Amino acid sequence: MSATFLGMPGDFPTNAARAVKDSQLRYNLRKATHTIRGKRAAVVDELPDWHELRAAGKAVKDETLRHLDRYLLQLEEAVTAAGGHVHWARDAAEANRIVADLVKATGETEVVKVKSMATQEIGLNEALAAEGITAYETDLAELIVQLGDDFPSHILVPAIHRNRAEIREIFLDKMGDAPPGLTDEPAALAEAARLHLRERFLRSKVAVSGANFMIAETGTLVVLESEGNGRMCLTLPETLISVVGIEKLLPTWRDLEVFLQLLPRSSTGERMNPYTSTWTGSAEGQDFHLVLLDNGRTDVLADEVGRQALRCIRCSACLNVCPVYERTGGHAYGSVYPGPIGAILTPQLRGMSSELDASLPYASSLCGACYEVCPVAIDIPEVLVDLRAKAPHGAAERAGMRVAGWILNDQARLARAQHAAIRLRRLVPKRLPGPLSAWTDTRDLPEIPDESFRDWWEREG
Amino acid sequence: MSTRQGGAREEILGRIRRAVEGAPEVEIPRGYRTTTDVADLVELFAERVRDYRAIVHVLPAAGVPAKVAELVAGRSMIVPDGLPAEWAAPAPGVDPRSADGVLTGCAVAIAETGTIVLDTGPGQGTREQTLVPDYHLCVVRADQVVGGVPEAVARLDPARPLTWISGPSATSDIELNRVEGVHGPRTLEVIIST
Ligand code: SF4
Repeated sequence: MSATFLGMPGDFPTNAARAVKDSQLRYNLRKATHTIRGKRAAVVDELPDWHELRAAGKAVKDETLRHLDRYLLQLEEAVTAAGGHVHWARDAAEANRIVADLVKATGETEVVKVKSMATQEIGLNEALAAEGITAYETDLAELIVQLGDDFPSHILVPAIHRNRAEIREIFLDKMGDAPPGLTDEPAALAEAARLHLRERFLRSKVAVSGANFMIAETGTLVVLESEGNGRMCLTLPETLISVVGIEKLLPTWRDLEVFLQLLPRSSTGERMNPYTSTWTGSAEGQDFHLVLLDNGRTDVLADEVGRQALRCIRCSACLNVCPVYERTGGHAYGSVYPGPIGAILTPQLRGMSSELDASLPYASSLCGACYEVCPVAIDIPEVLVDLRAKAPHGAAERAGMRVAGWILNDQARLARAQHAAIRLRRLVPKRLPGPLSAWTDTRDLPEIPDESFRDWWEREG
Repeated sequence: MSTRQGGAREEILGRIRRAVEGAPEVEIPRGYRTTTDVADLVELFAERVRDYRAIVHVLPAAGVPAKVAELVAGRSMIVPDGLPAEWAAPAPGVDPRSADGVLTGCAVAIAETGTIVLDTGPGQGTREQTLVPDYHLCVVRADQVVGGVPEAVARLDPARPLTWISGPSATSDIELNRVEGVHGPRTLEVIIST
């Protein structure tokens, strides 16, 4: 990747306005989000105890965060006892330095990677490149993004903004060993990627991964995936380096019984993802390094309203129900964390000094759909409203008014915004939130029928 | 551990302690199901595995050896140590990079999700052996099938490297079309021994 994603120019309204004009992008996004949304609803409805699982998931994460210091120390001890090495990184630069030094110590100049949002967040690939180390993404979607010199646009399907014809072009152009007669059939494209990556896996000595969960009690790391590139990276290389945000902890092995139900169903709408790998320390003789990443997370933790964002398990359910994300795509958010969760997590992690980050809390109609589907019950609208109050005025208000204009120029969008205001009455009585208040200050809010959000969403969504 | 590293560790822990000071304690409600009420575990497991487009055979134990022999005929198969001798003769030394397939047992199987868990124990091979060949034949004994995820987690040992398999390798990255197999075995065949 030639540029670091964090430096993406523009602010949310400008980026969004550009994206909304792109009809191919809108078509892909709509198809993707609606398909996954439908599958998710079906498999969630299968579980009679979904609400209990969600309540447990939320509480386990809150309990972890409450005693994060203790659990991190417990994790460190367990990983070390199992033959692994633990490193602590205050920020992106420190994490990148640690990884680069570990790779250099092996004498290698290439690493394979399994999709990791934490390493995207810290710009690891670029930092390694500056040290003469090439990092190869191995997730099919990430490969498409990397070869296309592009940025991911969805947590779960990062290349969703690309169609099959574009992917074929990218492979023919950039893959080197792509078969000349390559068609744009998904099976043919996947086969070309399989052959391309297989050689690389079998010769790589060093791999870099993230993790979905870390278990404090046992020192176990857990990765969920579909393709098997995760298994390839985690299993074959001699050295494995995992870069993981400090909030990804769970206290006990038993807690997996909650999260291995919540995550796959929320994420891909499957009862279980095709592959889950767990390993503890130096499994099967591998040299294992765990880099624990802060990079702003302790600042989020210090915010009483905002800290709930650290419960996020990156399932992407909130993206798939968000009417704003559906129209704008992930690039508008200028962050590796797009959609509703990105709109609260990014400004908290990075602060709101840039125009983009100050505009993100306005990248929402506050309709509440994200909260309804979130498997760990993060009240994203509540955090958005709180962040709006904290954003520096000037830039944020300008951004907010432009998003408001975009919402208000369409009746359906207005209905959603109003509905959100009903939900948020305890926060903003009788006024539409944020910049929309200019509109409600001169009008009374129309009566909205009293129905559940789910009914409304089924009807209007 | 270098001094610089020690500094980072202490600083992060200090930031955490300041951030959560005075935050309320949290009770974890565990009102979800920890046992799963399933009338016929084997039937549900078979149905859920088929949902992933894996191939499933349900057989009485006495029929397993003949079925295994039929399915592996003509393939160069890895057969790890520790499988029941009557299923197949061990062939553990086959190079996974050139083998056609691998035959294993499993540690636990989950009916509700159609999941097979390998823990590298007897008859299950290494993680590499079950990953690199294109064909995986797995024999699951009926008494290894549990109802749901909580029962499986309780039976498993976190000290062992685990691989949870729910259908063959799959990707949906190209316009959300499901394609079986990018890496990992593209064909998963399961014999349930009753
Ligand atoms: S905020 Fe909730 S719904 Fe959104 S990605 Fe995180 S866990 Fe999933």
